[in-house]
Amino acid sequence: MISQNSQTILNVQNLHANTQNTEILKGINLTVKSGEIHAIMGLNGSGKSTLAKVLAGHPDYEITQGSIQFDQQDLLALDSEERAQAGVFLAFQYPIEIPGVANSQFLRLAYNTIQSKRGNDELDPLEFDDFVREKMKLLEMNPDFLDRSVNEGFSGGEKKRNEILQMALLEPKLGVLDETDSGLDIDALKIVAKGVNHLSNEHNAMILITHYQRLLDHIVPDYVHVMESGRIIKTGGKELALELEKHGYDWLHDNLQNNAGATA
Amino acid sequence: MNALANIDYLSSLLQTLSTQNPGDFPKDLLPENNFPWLKQLRTQAIDQAGQFKWPTTRDEEWRFTDISPLSTLTFKPAQPGNSPALADVSPFFIEEANNRLVFVDGFFTPELSNVNHKNQLVVGNLAELATSHSDVIEHHLGQHFKSQKNLFSALNTAFLKDCAVIIAPQNTVITQPVHILYIATQAETTHYPRCLVVGQTNSQATVIEDYIALQKPANSSYITNSVAEFSLAANAQIRHFRIQRENSSAFHLANCAVSLDYASRYQAVSVTLGASISRYNLDIGLRAEAAECIIDGLALISSDQLADTHTCIDHLQPNCVSHQQHKCIADEGAHAVFNGKIIVRPDAQRTDSSQSSRNLLLSNQAKIDAKPQLEIFADDVKCAHGATVGQLDNEEIFYLKSRGIPELTARNLLTYAFGAEILNRISIASLKHTLEQIVLNQTQHH
Ligand SMILES: Nc1ncnc2c1ncn2[C@@H]1O[C@H](COP(=O)(O)OP(=O)(O)OP(=O)(O)O)[C@@H](O)[C@H]1O
Ligand SMILES: [Mg+2]
Repeated sequence: MISQNSQTILNVQNLHANTQNTEILKGINLTVKSGEIHAIMGLNGSGKSTLAKVLAGHPDYEITQGSIQFDQQDLLALDSEERAQAGVFLAFQYPIEIPGVANSQFLRLAYNTIQSKRGNDELDPLEFDDFVREKMKLLEMNPDFLDRSVNEGFSGGEKKRNEILQMALLEPKLGVLDETDSGLDIDALKIVAKGVNHLSNEHNAMILITHYQRLLDHIVPDYVHVMESGRIIKTGGKELALELEKHGYDWLHDNLQNNAGATA
Repeated sequence: MNALANIDYLSSLLQTLSTQNPGDFPKDLLPENNFPWLKQLRTQAIDQAGQFKWPTTRDEEWRFTDISPLSTLTFKPAQPGNSPALADVSPFFIEEANNRLVFVDGFFTPELSNVNHKNQLVVGNLAELATSHSDVIEHHLGQHFKSQKNLFSALNTAFLKDCAVIIAPQNTVITQPVHILYIATQAETTHYPRCLVVGQTNSQATVIEDYIALQKPANSSYITNSVAEFSLAANAQIRHFRIQRENSSAFHLANCAVSLDYASRYQAVSVTLGASISRYNLDIGLRAEAAECIIDGLALISSDQLADTHTCIDHLQPNCVSHQQHKCIADEGAHAVFNGKIIVRPDAQRTDSSQSSRNLLLSNQAKIDAKPQLEIFADDVKCAHGATVGQLDNEEIFYLKSRGIPELTARNLLTYAFGAEILNRISIASLKHTLEQIVLNQTQHH
């Protein structure tokens, strides 16, 4: 929700990022304030996941220009673990499997690390078990997933739910959800959307990367951005997503060209 | 000058056997005159041992494993009679095991053992069971090394004095494991642990083979030369958990042979932690249709340890299944070797076989030689295999860090997890827990 008294959580300015000597992000500008929900759409390969991973501090990407302010800190000066501790959370498009690490052990370690950084008490295994089961109820997840290795053998949709469970535990300031909706069946989509809405409040913000309006029917964005070739080429309200759904990305091009013609 | 210094290990051993000086040769618990088959077995083995050459790195089978430090040792056979204090041994007991056979320096030690006579398993040592179960024992003992006989298994048989014997009679299903605990106590000796496990038709049993050291002085050197034989009759199911936690000065040379009959199933997990130099040969023969083996292994070594695992799975008949996962974690200057041979004979159509060898190097000095070896002579087979050697996965580290977990913690956790994946296959909770603690301690860098 857009509000007058909101704080700027994220301020990305002219961000350029390379990987393997190829420029992928070519000047991103994006401001996200507390309480807001932003959607980022765009064709395959336009750089959405790259932006998400750059925000989370993935070591494969080199920042060549620009800046990212997060909650009044220079985000680029922080290592990925410090970013998470400061309140950045990325729900991955493709969550990886970590055989041998029990999900419960992993979730508790992450939770306690972040709690202690925030000056809060850590939970012992029994306390944590109660706590995590409550959160799992919200996402209608079977507690059996605690005993399995992290994401190992989880179905696509189960992995996505496990990501949102992590977000629910870590209560980030900024949640970046990279195609959390893809791979979810219709019921699971509603459950996950309910969970995200439940977690979203006036102190935090969400960036939803998605290809589909159906997610935005359930989590209504304040802003919709369209990415192309490493840039945000258009920003609008929630109706922009509906237009895109109706007319496709070519419509956007025609539109932009017409506008360009008009201003010339 | 000590004249013995010029005599190499092998000839000095064989000399020990031929001279039979009562002072330095163990008292025979099994008078050969009463057991002609045993006499024959030993005599043959002595002959064979004399024909083998000492293996060097020029032999294909020993290419990566230099055991020359051993050849200069003249470690005499260990003597019976040592009995460590119960308080020193009891920490190694496994609570789920309702049968425990303790062998000290290769000799059965009843006062530390616990044989449950109420259940239907036949559990004991050779001296005790050789008369009552001579038919089964004679039929199996020393009979499962047909193709893979080597110097060390021959020497073990030549020195055969005692042996753990476990027989699961027809149709008996026992879930509680039998714990065979081999304790090496005598410095500068060679001991010859041995076991024979026979699963008769439709039986089920679980065996833990466990090697530990209680040496005085604490880290003395000694040699373990062990042999294990498993025979599974039709539809038998045997689980075998093997833990090698010798001290860090020990030399451990071990051979295990497994023979599977129709639709039988062998599941094994072997965990290698100890010894300065260790070599484990595991030979599995899938000798009848629909037999199945699932074997997993973990070697976790550091310092200048060398751990070599050689496995050979021989598919002789159609419709058999073998699945194998082997992992090595080598830290500091350690050297791990894995050689996994899979033979699919011309008759073994519709074989389903998979092998995965994954190896983790934790330091620049550590070394891993991993070699899958497939010899496939049938055409209708499914064989999946893969080997990787490398460091921790950067995407996994990033995933953990992106949840706020510090890099070092993430690395330690992933290293632990790499090993724990194998430990998860151990169905005995307390053993699994003990090993998890050991692996956890050894994978935490600061
Ligand atoms: N590590 C990398 N190495 C090489 N190329 C990369 C790497 N990461 C991203 N790219 C390239 O950068 C471009 C943008 O990829 P990105 O994953 O950000 O796209 P996306 O917008 O998330 O697409 P999708 O909708 O398919 O998820 C692609 O062309 C991709 O191949
Ligand atoms: Mg993407």
